[in-house]
Amino acid sequence: MLIELDRVSRAFRTPLGVVKAVDSVSLAFAEREVLCIVGESGCGKTTTGRLLAGLIRPSDGRLLYEGKDVWQTKGADLRKFRKAVQIVHQDPYASLNPTRTVSQTLLAPLLHHGRVRGRRAALGAATDLLERVGLVPAADFLEKYPHQLSGGQRQRVSIARALTVEPRVIVADEAVSMVDVSIRISLLNLLLSLRREFGVTIVLITHDLAVARYFAREGRIAVMYLGRVVELGPTESLVSDPAHPYAEALIAAIPEADPTITRTKERVPLRSADVPSLLDLPIGCTFHPRCPRMEPGLCDLVRPDLTAIPGDREVACHPAVRERTGQKVALAT
Amino acid sequence: MNGAPSVLSVRGLSIDYLTRRGPVRAVRDVTFDLAPGETLAIIGESGSGKTTLAVSFIRLSPRSAVVRAGELLYTKGGLTTDIRKLDDDDLREFRWSECAMVFQAALNSFNPVITIWDQFLDTAKAHGMKDERAVRRRADELLDLVHLDPRRVLRAFPHELSGGMKQRVLIAMSLLLDPQILILDEPTTALDILTQRAILDLLRELRGRLGFAMIFISHDLSIAAELADRMITMYAGRIVERASVGDLFYRPRHPYSVGLLRAVPRVSGALGAIESIPGSPPDLIRLPPGCSYAPRCPFAIDACRAAEPPLVAVDTPAHEAACIRWQDVAKVVGDAQRPVAEKLA
Repeated sequence: MLIELDRVSRAFRTPLGVVKAVDSVSLAFAEREVLCIVGESGCGKTTTGRLLAGLIRPSDGRLLYEGKDVWQTKGADLRKFRKAVQIVHQDPYASLNPTRTVSQTLLAPLLHHGRVRGRRAALGAATDLLERVGLVPAADFLEKYPHQLSGGQRQRVSIARALTVEPRVIVADEAVSMVDVSIRISLLNLLLSLRREFGVTIVLITHDLAVARYFAREGRIAVMYLGRVVELGPTESLVSDPAHPYAEALIAAIPEADPTITRTKERVPLRSADVPSLLDLPIGCTFHPRCPRMEPGLCDLVRPDLTAIPGDREVACHPAVRERTGQKVALAT
Repeated sequence: MNGAPSVLSVRGLSIDYLTRRGPVRAVRDVTFDLAPGETLAIIGESGSGKTTLAVSFIRLSPRSAVVRAGELLYTKGGLTTDIRKLDDDDLREFRWSECAMVFQAALNSFNPVITIWDQFLDTAKAHGMKDERAVRRRADELLDLVHLDPRRVLRAFPHELSGGMKQRVLIAMSLLLDPQILILDEPTTALDILTQRAILDLLRELRGRLGFAMIFISHDLSIAAELADRMITMYAGRIVERASVGDLFYRPRHPYSVGLLRAVPRVSGALGAIESIPGSPPDLIRLPPGCSYAPRCPFAIDACRAAEPPLVAVDTPAHEAACIRWQDVAKVVGDAQRPVAEKLA
């Protein structure tokens, strides 16, 4: 495995108490893999992305890069990790320094990491990168400031900046949610082409399952709910046949760009619309107060772990595991 | 809905923004009618003029916006008035009581230091409802209608409510004076999927019960697919296509509508041939000659660049497109009741 989260948790101290934003998440990524982390706000998907990129330290668990515990490494190994894993931020308006031109933004990392020597070579490399991300002619963009660019163009500059260090993993956090539909697809295609050409592993964090389905059509989707991965599996089988009741409810709720389908879609009625507070999570399965398949005495007592089910999939749900594997769930004592 | 007199009739509306570089032609010669109880969705990318158009209906345009031409006619009880000619008092009366708007940045449009009840009361008082008890009764009724507990919500400050709850409160408040028209600008954009679903279902239910007309402004086609009766596609300030929701989704005749539809992935059904629209929207100060979409259009020929194509009836009189090549678009897209991305796969 190239990079791996091994039972990673992350808690934040807040004035109201400790919030466990990510709770024992394990995800492993091979080279050139594509995976989408999907979930609603507050599910921990962004924190998971930041943990994966090594931007924040886990409270518990390990981040492994090429088998080594990143938070135990120093010096050359740590530098190698820092270059290998890049994050492209959610908000292209906030992630670029407004006082720096595009060329300044790109030249600094190129020179700092010693990929090129001298300004002239760096400018050449920056030009190549801009062309690579579809900002042509590059000369028109080099001296622009972020405010002179559209949202989609800024997003491309962010991607070009990530590419300055020839990363092996890109974590893109909702890199596409702030732009128009037509631009969104071209940005997604740009990220996918990096995987195809350079073998980069791409992790896209999004709340949009339709986007995840398109983006990870050759990969996997992980669905998160209240800090935990509740379902993980190959994209098409997860989307067409979700095993976890939460994933099922999400898919049933999504409005579709097809009037016939969207108006006749069968809903999954939830028992409650309220998302529990992270400060006061329910005992047992955290979805049980809303779940239509909740089994009293089981789901409200025993927290389900992510368990393998047929089809190379995993799900954290007692009834779903029983149904798909025939396994009985042992009641905790 | 044919034959019913329209509640809102927009005739030849053109709006410019005055800037140092010159006038930005944000809305150009827009004409349409909204029937009572009808839901109209206006779709297009950012910069297509859809928000400029929507705020002009309640005359909330920024000062730099100048209406160059056109009429905004509002009809109630057989009486037609031009919204552009209302004086300040009549305009205040018109806003909320006839036509209410729920904004895109809705979640931040509360006053953060007063309770929800005070927000209700302020709005009511500004519109001449002086009897606090009557306002309270109406607030209770409306919050019930949007499935919120009035006892809990009215006491709360905005920050104590979730995004979905705030959006419900805003919808409830917009209905305070029983308007005939509700304008919603990206009503569910910032919301989670399950919350978005609940709001869409709520709007459908309220529309059924109260019978108001709705205008949706959205770049999200799936919301239009959920609720619209009719749709308008805007590009560079103009209406480029107008059709029933079924015709627009399954039988679009303007290449820009086709482009928008192909750019939206779905969760159900086949994924189809998803593709983005090349290029970017034109500079509204220096519009390209002829059809403004021609520089991005796979169907464009020399004639497209010669003159701006008028909106003409295509398959049926109720379906119009501003494209001289609509017949060629029709050949490619066909008539089948299937999504465009699937048909072009």
